[in-house]
Amino acid sequence: MRFHFSRADLRDWGLWPAVLWTTLFFALPLAAMLAMSFAERVAGKITFTWTLANYAAFFTRAGGTFVQALINSLEVTILATILSILVAYPLAYILAYRVPAKWRRILLVLIVLPFWTSYVIRSYSWLLVLSQNGIISQTLLDLGLIAQPVGLGNSRFATVLGFVHFFAMLLTLTIFANLIQIKDSYRRAAADLGANNWQVFWHVTLPLSLPGVAVGAFLTFVLAIGDYITPQILGGNRELLLPQAIMLQIGRQADFPLASALSMILMLVVTVAFLVSAKRLKMERV
Amino acid sequence: MRAQAKVIRWTDGVALLYFALALLFIFLPVGSLILFAFQDGLAPVPPFKGPTLQWFDKVLHNRRLMEALWNSVLVGGVSSLVATFLGFLAAFSLARRDWRFARGAQLLLMAPITVSYLIIGMGLQITFNMMGVDRSLLAVGIGHVVINLPLCFAIVYSQLGEHQANIERAARDLGAKEWQVVALITAPMLWPTLLAAYFIAFTLSWDEFVIAFLLSRFDVTLPVVIWGLLRSGLSPELNAAGTLVFAISVAIVLAVELLLWRGRKAVANG
Repeated sequence: MRFHFSRADLRDWGLWPAVLWTTLFFALPLAAMLAMSFAERVAGKITFTWTLANYAAFFTRAGGTFVQALINSLEVTILATILSILVAYPLAYILAYRVPAKWRRILLVLIVLPFWTSYVIRSYSWLLVLSQNGIISQTLLDLGLIAQPVGLGNSRFATVLGFVHFFAMLLTLTIFANLIQIKDSYRRAAADLGANNWQVFWHVTLPLSLPGVAVGAFLTFVLAIGDYITPQILGGNRELLLPQAIMLQIGRQADFPLASALSMILMLVVTVAFLVSAKRLKMERV
Repeated sequence: MRAQAKVIRWTDGVALLYFALALLFIFLPVGSLILFAFQDGLAPVPPFKGPTLQWFDKVLHNRRLMEALWNSVLVGGVSSLVATFLGFLAAFSLARRDWRFARGAQLLLMAPITVSYLIIGMGLQITFNMMGVDRSLLAVGIGHVVINLPLCFAIVYSQLGEHQANIERAARDLGAKEWQVVALITAPMLWPTLLAAYFIAFTLSWDEFVIAFLLSRFDVTLPVVIWGLLRSGLSPELNAAGTLVFAISVAIVLAVELLLWRGRKAVANG
């Protein structure tokens, strides 16, 4: 490669503004947060004492509230991820193999349309459906299936439902993108060799589509475990998830050192999830 | 294909049923949002009475909401422009030069995708605090560039192929200066991609709440105002505001879709 540096040549310097921006406004703030997580608040002032007290507080403070918040987060996120896959996979499968090609694009756009509402409005919309005098409760009353109105909001069920709604759309996209890349000839070859539909699916289609599932599942896990809005609006105050615990530290307490330590723990969990899914993906390629 | 279409299997019925149920699930919340925005009454719950446009009228005359709407347009418009521009520069430079640390640079540029908005927002809040910078719409915009830059970069990078590189080479051989190559060859060839990246970034900024919440103070964006209104519970006015926000997002997404569709058609015909 010849390198002749001239100021006008975009190819030589074009990379730098984006790298600089990401370093200044992403990497540096993360470093600041890491430093902050070892700081202490003394009389309302933040001093950098390089203490581990904030990490100790995660385990000990408020009778293990924070550990419980992490456990809640993990439970809700894993449950939401599994349910999203179960909802999304058949949808992506139907879209890839049962829907005529000319309808695919428009149906795909239709399926992911509500994806483009903000978290805030989407969660509020679910509140309309789930509240005590909302649509589900009213419909069940009208059908005579229940005698008293039921409020389904303000619960873990509502949070999980909100997550599944959003992430099933995302997973449908990643799984569909994977399914349509599988060559038809593989499936036909299996059928020619005497496999029935179920065997073709189980031994050919499913294994080949797992990368799409893994990518979508990883994205779901990362985005769901870090989300503050859905549990705050739909989950109510019965239990805390980790992002809500973090937000409480920033908002009411202005305890940035503790909030930073909790955030670092959240990032650690996401990193572990990434390593696990990356390892899985590699194994499947072999 | 035709022979296959004639065979109707029972599984097709199951597939159709599943598809219909999935669509119901997907559209139930947003459908209720829109329907009860037209509710003639104080509670956005069944039974439906109406329709009336009074709540839209109320939203459009709500000064706080309209100011926030303008702020959202401003933040989204400018931050998406910056994100698309920086993303394009980086993608072009990475695609056309053999950087020794190309892999590392890509990892850095894509890293913000894996970090929760809450953490990105809080990190910026802490950093701005330390530097004595006040919270403002500018701070929100900076945060939105951070979250949209990876997407814009990835979208543009995926569309930069050998095809354009050859035409660029031809232009250079014919004496075009470097800026002319970029401005007259690369950018025009990429314009559907660039517009798509811009509008996707705009929609994400338009809908974003946590970063805007943490980094703004007096001037706030639309999701932040709506968040504040949530405290007073369900109301048809909130439905109307939400419907407007959703309608604008959908209009943009459909525009992008049309753009990409026409782009593909042009490629197929050309």
